[in-house]
Parts: sequence; structure tokens; C-alpha cells
Amino acid sequence: MFKTLVVILMSSILINNYVLSRFLGICPFLGVSKKLDQAVGMGIAVILVMLIATAVTWPIQYFLLVPFGIDYMQTIVFILVIAALVQLIETFMKKAIPSLHKGLGVYLPLITTNCAVLGVTINNITDGYNFLESMVSSLGCGLGFLLAMVLFSGLRSRIDDSNIPESFRGFATTLIAASFISLAFFGFAGVVDNLFA
Amino acid sequence: MVNNQNSNMSILLRGLLAENPVFILVLGTCPTLATTTGVVGAFGMGLSATAVLICSNFVISLLRKVIPDTVRIPCYIVLIAGFVTIVQMFIHAFLPELYETLGVYLALITVNCIILGRAEMFANKNTPGKAVLDGIGMGLGFTLALLLMATIREVLGNGSFAGIAIPFMQDHTIGMFVKAPGGMLVFGVLIALVHKITHGKAPVKKDFSCAGCPSAAYCKTGSACASAGQNPEKAEV
Repeated sequence: MFKTLVVILMSSILINNYVLSRFLGICPFLGVSKKLDQAVGMGIAVILVMLIATAVTWPIQYFLLVPFGIDYMQTIVFILVIAALVQLIETFMKKAIPSLHKGLGVYLPLITTNCAVLGVTINNITDGYNFLESMVSSLGCGLGFLLAMVLFSGLRSRIDDSNIPESFRGFATTLIAASFISLAFFGFAGVVDNLFA
Repeated sequence: MVNNQNSNMSILLRGLLAENPVFILVLGTCPTLATTTGVVGAFGMGLSATAVLICSNFVISLLRKVIPDTVRIPCYIVLIAGFVTIVQMFIHAFLPELYETLGVYLALITVNCIILGRAEMFANKNTPGKAVLDGIGMGLGFTLALLLMATIREVLGNGSFAGIAIPFMQDHTIGMFVKAPGGMLVFGVLIALVHKITHGKAPVKKDFSCAGCPSAAYCKTGSACASAGQNPEKAEV
């Protein structure tokens, strides 16, 4: 049991990293990774939203959609729940924990349309995870996102200082740099399975 | 983006090149990278997104005076999610193989920035007819971009085109191209190429701006958003 959870956690952080190998959440990854503190803030906000979204959507799927035979409504229900949730978290945070809101609040609205959050909730269902496994997998995906953001923001601050050919400036270089980080993450494939086999 | 050419033809055509959603506006990067490992999947993805885009553009344009401004984004998302579900069920019923290939990315058309972006940037300001034309143009531009990416990746990485093996290429595949890093590499190089070709002619978008950001409506961050802070001159719609 414990081993399964560790494997799920490690593989969702390293091997099936949402950003670098499944291409989910690319927009914030490329948009908000220019400075380290912003990258960390966004990463933590994503972890928070992913965990809460999974905690809400998993019961909805199994106690509401499946029993009533309306699981084809999954996409609509999940995106609505996530959108409402993000607003709720923001309002709550503003009222209850203003200091945290100051740090994370600005990133929260950006997460609604982050495909990583919708992706992780849907993937947890299609992979047939139970509630605990779903939560662990969400945590792993969030951590993987944070890791990718932090690594990439370091790389980008270097890119900003270098002299790049005219047509490669901006988005093109960013993508190519992301490609190299993704290549580096390939090294992890196989490691996790063998480590805990 | 300043809208000074309003003739129907230019609305239709600018999605293909001048304002190509993938290479110029840089929207919808996730499916662009994820579903272009094979030509067939890319074509399916492109057409599905086009169908959703045309329907959502049409309906949002019809409802543009009905939907209150403050809750427009949630309304758009629900409408789009509805159309995505219809397309999803359609593909599941008639093209089960394609359904398997696209997997979760089909449901994720809901949060594709192109669709919400076009709703926000175009459909809610224009008549239904123009919105449909814009949907067709943008959708075809998206499909063409996906096909271009997929062709490069499948030929180099898998030695085939739409599943048909190419004699020489098949024995000399470069596996990286069908994997994640290859996708980003091809995309990066293609964007650089488009910059080079259209240099000075097309509105070259060097980075994300608030105009293309689907969250722009909620977003109270202004300059706190990393991209807008760097590109204040592009932050206008």
C-alpha cells in the first residue's frame, strides 16, 4: 500500500511530470517562470488548488455522477467546480489569511484555466485511483509542476543575459530551453520503477 | 490587436497565417505539443477544436448582449465545455480509435486558450456571421499548424506519415522527436522560422501578453503578471 503511494508520488513528480512530459500547464510554465519568487508562488498555488480540486471532484464523480449515470457531464461539472473553487479560495484567503493572499492571491485566478488542474482531476478518474491515491497523485503533480517552474526560472534568468539571434528571441528560445530540461527529465524514466521494485 | 481590416475574407484568411493562433498568437500550446506525435491524431485534434471553436464563437456572438459582463467568463466556459462534451461523445461513438489516441486532451479542449481567447477577443464584439468566419479561419490555422508539427515529428521520429511507413526514414528514426523534448524543440524552431519569414510584416508576438491570456478578465494583477510587466506595449486588446 505504502509502496504504491510512493511510486505514484515519485512517478508523477519525475517521470510523468505534468509540464515536461505531458504538456499540461505549459501556459503558466512559460508565462510566470521569469522570476524565481513568482515561479515559487505560482507553484505553491497550483499545489493547493490541485489538492483541493481533487478532494472535491473525486467524491463528486463517485457519489454523484456515477450513481446517477451522468458521468458524461464530467468535463462541464469539473471545470465549473474548479472555477468556483478557485474563486472561493481566493475570497476566503483574502478574508482569513491576508498575508498569504498577498503572496499567492495574484496567481489564483490564473489557475482556473490552467489545464493541469482539470487534467489531474480527470486523469485521477481515468487511472482508477482510489481517494488516497488520487490525493497523492495530485500532490505529486503539483510538486512536479513546482520543481519544473523553479528549475526553469533559474535557466531563464541566464537566457535573459545572453545574446540570442534575432529570430530566436523570446518564445522560441524559451521553448528550446524547455525542451532541454524535458530531455534531462528523461533520465528519470525507469529509475523509479527499479528503485522500488 | 488593432482590427482595421474588417472584410469577411480577411477575417477568414488571417487565422491561417497573419494571426495564426499557434505560431503568431502562441495560444493553445498544450494540445499543440501533446497531440502532434502522429499526423492522424493531430488532424483529429485540429478538427475537433475547430468544431468547438465555430460553435462557441457562434453562440457567444449571439449571446453577446445577453450575458452580463461580470460573469461572462464562467458563462463562456460552460458553453465551451458543453460543446466539448458533444464532440467528445461524437468521437467516442464514431471514431473510438481516435478517442483513445487523444485521451484526456479531448476533454482539455475546454481550457484551450484559443477558444476562450477568441471568445474574449473576437466573438463578444462581432456579429455571428463574422464570428463563425473567424472560428473557421482560426480553426483551420490551428489544424494546419498541428499538421505541420505532426508531419515533422512523425517523419523524423517514427519514419512514417499518417501511419504509412516511409522506406528510408523508417530505418533511421530519431526517437526523441515523438517524445516530449522533440515536441518543444520542433515548436521552438518553427516559431523562430515564422518570426524570420514574417519579420516586419506580421505582428510578431515575442511573449505572452494580457491580450492573449484567457485569464485577463479576472486578472487584477496588471503588472504583477510576469509577461505583462515585460511587454506593457502589447497589453492592449
